[in-house]
Amino acid sequence: MTQVLAVDNVTKSYPMTPPVHALRGVTLNIDEGELVAVVGPSGSGKSTLLHVMGTLDRPTTGDVAVAGYRVSELSDAELSTLRAQRIGFVFQQFHLLNGYTALDNVADGMLYTGSPVDRRRAMARTALERVGLSHRVHHVATELSGGERQRVAIARALIGSPALVLADEPTGNLDSQTSAGIVELIEELHAGGSTIVVITHDVAIAEHFPRIVRLRDGAVESDSRAA
Amino acid sequence: MQPLGRRRMSFGDVLRTATVGARTRPMRVVLSALGVSIGIAAMVGVLGLSESSKSDLLAALDRLGTNLVTVQAGQGIGLGSGELPNEAAGMVARIGPVERTAAVSQVDASVYRTDFVPPAQTGGITVQAVGIDLLDVLAGDISDGAWFNTATAQYPTTVLGSVAAERLGVGEVTGIQQVWLGDQWFTVIGVLETFELAPDLDRAALIGAPAAETYLDNDGAPSRILVRVQPAFVDDVIDVMAATVNPENPEEVEVDRPSDALEAREAADDALTALFLGLGAVALIVGGVGIANVMVISVLERRAEIGLRRALGATRRQVATQFLVESLLLAAAGGLTGVLLGAGVTYGYAWWRRWEPLIPASAIAGGVAVALAIGVIAGVYPAMRAARLSPTEALRSA
Repeated sequence: MTQVLAVDNVTKSYPMTPPVHALRGVTLNIDEGELVAVVGPSGSGKSTLLHVMGTLDRPTTGDVAVAGYRVSELSDAELSTLRAQRIGFVFQQFHLLNGYTALDNVADGMLYTGSPVDRRRAMARTALERVGLSHRVHHVATELSGGERQRVAIARALIGSPALVLADEPTGNLDSQTSAGIVELIEELHAGGSTIVVITHDVAIAEHFPRIVRLRDGAVESDSRAA
Repeated sequence: MQPLGRRRMSFGDVLRTATVGARTRPMRVVLSALGVSIGIAAMVGVLGLSESSKSDLLAALDRLGTNLVTVQAGQGIGLGSGELPNEAAGMVARIGPVERTAAVSQVDASVYRTDFVPPAQTGGITVQAVGIDLLDVLAGDISDGAWFNTATAQYPTTVLGSVAAERLGVGEVTGIQQVWLGDQWFTVIGVLETFELAPDLDRAALIGAPAAETYLDNDGAPSRILVRVQPAFVDDVIDVMAATVNPENPEEVEVDRPSDALEAREAADDALTALFLGLGAVALIVGGVGIANVMVISVLERRAEIGLRRALGATRRQVATQFLVESLLLAAAGGLTGVLLGAGVTYGYAWWRRWEPLIPASAIAGGVAVALAIGVIAGVYPAMRAARLSPTEALRSA
């Protein structure tokens, strides 16, 4: 199995008084096609880990490799390219551009890949079909419900078929029924071959997923796979 | 493993990202571009109006000529009687480069609409005895009726200056209309257009020199002589004029070149133009600060969008470019609107003043260039701030 993500003994400290050690020697390997939940209480370092895995932040010590590219060896511009081509993000707050249609929001997922706009739009249409929103293609973001917005955000993360999709509390802003729909969608996408890491504080949601990594105080407490 | 190559954004994509702010907050865009547009409109309008007015003046100078010299007797203590010697006109005509002369003699009389008007109500209208060459020498025009000929110059007839005609209530020359001039009736035979080179004659009732002598006992001593000189010798003639006209007391003679007054007016206009350009520049600076302000606020408000773009793979340079181009577009929109507005004002005012509208290409190009420069200057700091923002901080602030 090809390794998509390798987090190797990563620490992340913030120079405050006293210093904050958000991650303390985290090691985590994720293979292609895996669906992993990273679960932990508030302040356990989940979001920091997501940022480090997503190359939005560099570790203080240790290293991260995404799709074989070692973060420590890449410049800031190269990390941007890596994110554009290999990593998709889903955020709790959706982060859609309000004046834009669902189609254009999804197409923006490939804006920085150098792909021409017609191709981006064609791919965005396909991605919207994948998340069950083919009937909302031309609706602007403000006309969509919370669940639909998150589906658009998921489609945006999936559009370029990235090696890794990182979802930060994807159900955090949704009611339980809509959350269940999003979890189901994530499972479907996983079944279709996507590698997905879901960060959540909700143990009940994490238990839907085949592999659960528990974080506590910036360290991996347990890493278990469903039988 | 393939190296991670550079990915350039297309021009269309750069524009698309740079208009996100405009699409989400159109009113703010309009208001912030307004400052620049007012500044540019002021500058283009001022330059356009100044050029149009200058071209109108040059056309007038062309039409009227700059080779007219007026000679008049000085008036006041120690400056003589207000009259030139009787032989003065003849002596001036003998100066080599002089082409034509026309003498004007102040007549000691007043003119009224009727003989019932009290003598004190002169309406500020003077009576001047003139030669029939005057119209030609002054490059003047008749607006209604006719100018003197050798016959009418001998009879009690008058041609009224434009202001005098208005004050005497002469709208149209009928040939039978009369005015009460020096205690007798004079028939109005013509009304003049404005004399640009001798505006005081607009407020005069002109009569022929022979008629002045016959009916009003005018001695014919000229108060003023108008002289057309070969253009290349105007200064030379001016140098010898006073001594020629009154060899005994040359200091009692005033020699003028009326076109100088028009040119002086132009110089005064230039000073005003500079003042208005200064005001336009202040408006532009205020507009530029407004754009910078809006862009800084925009960067603060759109931290989440910046974080998202970095997550989607935007480099720092691409984020900076987005905000810089946005500022540039704002200023360019303001600049173009300003140019159109300034051109509109120029055309409108020129039409009203019956000038040939003229907007220098440099004003248009300069206006747009200044607007773009303001866009860049106003955008650099906010763009750098956006680019420096850490993606994790930006996402956390959402």
